[in-house]
Amino acid sequence: MKLTRILGAAALTLGLSSAAFAADITGAGATFPAPVYQAWAVAYKDKSGTGLNYQSIGSGAGQTQIFNRTVDFGASDAPVAGDKLAAQKLLQFPAVIGSVVAIVNLDGIAANQLNLTGPVLADIYLGKITKWNDPKIAALNKGSQLPDLAIVPVYRSDGSGTTFVFASYLSAVSPEWKSNVGAATSVQWPAGAGGKGNEGVAGTVKNTKGAIGYVEYIYASSNSLITTQLQNKAGKFVAPTVPSFQAAAANADWAGAKDFAASMIDTPGETTWPITSATFILLPKEPKSGPQAAEVIKFFDWAFKDGGSIAEKLHYIPLPADVANRVRDAWKTEVKFDGKPVWTN
Amino acid sequence: MDATLTGNQAASAMAVARKPTGRLSDPIFVGVLWASGIFVLILLGLIIAMLFEGGLPALREFGIQFLWSTTWNPVTEKFGAGVMVFGTIFSAVIAVIIALPLSFGIAFFLTEIAPGPLRRPIGVAIQLLAAIPSIIYGMWGFFVIVPLMAAYVQPPLIDLLGPLPVIGALFQGPPLGAGMLTAGLIMAIMILPFITAMFVEVLESVPPMIKESAYGVGATTYEVYRNVSVPYGRTAMVGAVMLGLGRALGETMAVTFVIGNATRMSASLFAPGSTIASTIANEFPEAGPGSLKLQSLLELGFILFVISFIVLALSRLLVRSKLKG
Repeated sequence: MKLTRILGAAALTLGLSSAAFAADITGAGATFPAPVYQAWAVAYKDKSGTGLNYQSIGSGAGQTQIFNRTVDFGASDAPVAGDKLAAQKLLQFPAVIGSVVAIVNLDGIAANQLNLTGPVLADIYLGKITKWNDPKIAALNKGSQLPDLAIVPVYRSDGSGTTFVFASYLSAVSPEWKSNVGAATSVQWPAGAGGKGNEGVAGTVKNTKGAIGYVEYIYASSNSLITTQLQNKAGKFVAPTVPSFQAAAANADWAGAKDFAASMIDTPGETTWPITSATFILLPKEPKSGPQAAEVIKFFDWAFKDGGSIAEKLHYIPLPADVANRVRDAWKTEVKFDGKPVWTN
Repeated sequence: MDATLTGNQAASAMAVARKPTGRLSDPIFVGVLWASGIFVLILLGLIIAMLFEGGLPALREFGIQFLWSTTWNPVTEKFGAGVMVFGTIFSAVIAVIIALPLSFGIAFFLTEIAPGPLRRPIGVAIQLLAAIPSIIYGMWGFFVIVPLMAAYVQPPLIDLLGPLPVIGALFQGPPLGAGMLTAGLIMAIMILPFITAMFVEVLESVPPMIKESAYGVGATTYEVYRNVSVPYGRTAMVGAVMLGLGRALGETMAVTFVIGNATRMSASLFAPGSTIASTIANEFPEAGPGSLKLQSLLELGFILFVISFIVLALSRLLVRSKLKG
């Protein structure tokens, strides 16, 4: 008897709560942009009353969920291939931009003191440059005294968009990397050791003298890690700063990119940071529910319009205004329910 | 739930009226028992079938070579289980080699030497080791043991033993801290409580009369240990070690933190490697739906299942043959 009553009460509570969340939108996928999506969700709920339930379960799992249409939108760090998008009837658009930076553990080297070039970074990760006093590194750092110490390259052991972006950069600047290793969310690393997640890489670098690693800029800046300068396509050494990321976003070829998969890897420009990338949202072109898809679009429309300062506070780069407008055009023309656009501004 | 209620009511009814009213409830009860038993079999069968079926495309693509191929290249989508199978067995064997003497020592100390007041605290401490979640061991290993290994253990060993022929290969490479030995060490601490608990049980089951007779004819503590206690419980001890090995084979989170996660084969104890479980934990979230990588990961899971099954079967076989002899 008592049990039935408890069960009844529980069912009632569940019923009530599901009613309260009926208008909420659900998303799943990439972990890298999860902090900004969650911060946006809180601010948007205050403004509109519509909540967002975002599960940061990884890009691959996010793709599975949206392919099965168990969520309203999926999120992926690496862009999804065009033929797959077409087959799954998905619209892909960028949501926010982030950067990957190199971090080191060397005595007497301060943040942004060490200069590296792309080819040197690739040779380090290929296991070809093995000592910090290698002439190739010394030539870039005339003022600094670099020790006779083994270089330990550290990478992400878990599959991640960060690795995809970093390996894409190494592929762009080193033909040998491109042919021997390539780029994906995880690759066959020729040298070094892996740590799980940003914290695993940062921790391994911190534990190991002479280690070099790569992490998302947000992680490096919020933990005051020792970052390095990198040479960009224009030949200038740049420090990883928000303006240098914005320059990368502004200089990317958005007009020529299919499915918004514009590369921000090694883009031209004097002040451009070379390892920058967008993270993407996957939205069904023929959603199961028109109003629900409209809610998703309204959320991102608001995020593009008013979410910029929140993103910047978390060290993400908001989309350039013209790119956001291109995305809005795509929403209007491509997302349809019963043949009618679900969102018309 | 209903069946239990009915069963209870029937029992109380019987107690009061002593009438045989269990005519309906008894078959229901027996049916529930049958269902529970069969459920386990079905569950196990379904898990095996799912892993096998999910991994089959990978096996078809790469052939039987998948089992020993040492390539794991997500870019070209060429996968092989060689490195992970090697890493799984290598790290688990290291764990058992470290844990075994320690377990012997603790178990014998607890049953023979330890004074009464010390016995309980040590026993409880060992049980608490077993209660610590795996991820805590991982964090502790990562933040405490790995830096210690990198600073104080590995450099002298590399300098001392690295240049030697043959066994030198076990001690080469940069002192990363993370690696096979560190993973084995952490796992040794994790399986220690299980092996020790079983050893204590075995040693306690040695009849006091036999031990006292041995002491009576002048045997030392070591001689009693060596010639009486251990031979008496050898079979169960082998079983305990095998169970520890089985646990180490599947350990995931702690290993992922400290093994260094490299998909390269190396004979060195200090080299980073990976196990089947750590690879699955690392790669699963980013493995695309229907991709060859996902299928290869499922196949890896199936291989781990088979290895664990073999270890378990072997331990039972050993115990049984000893019992017969």
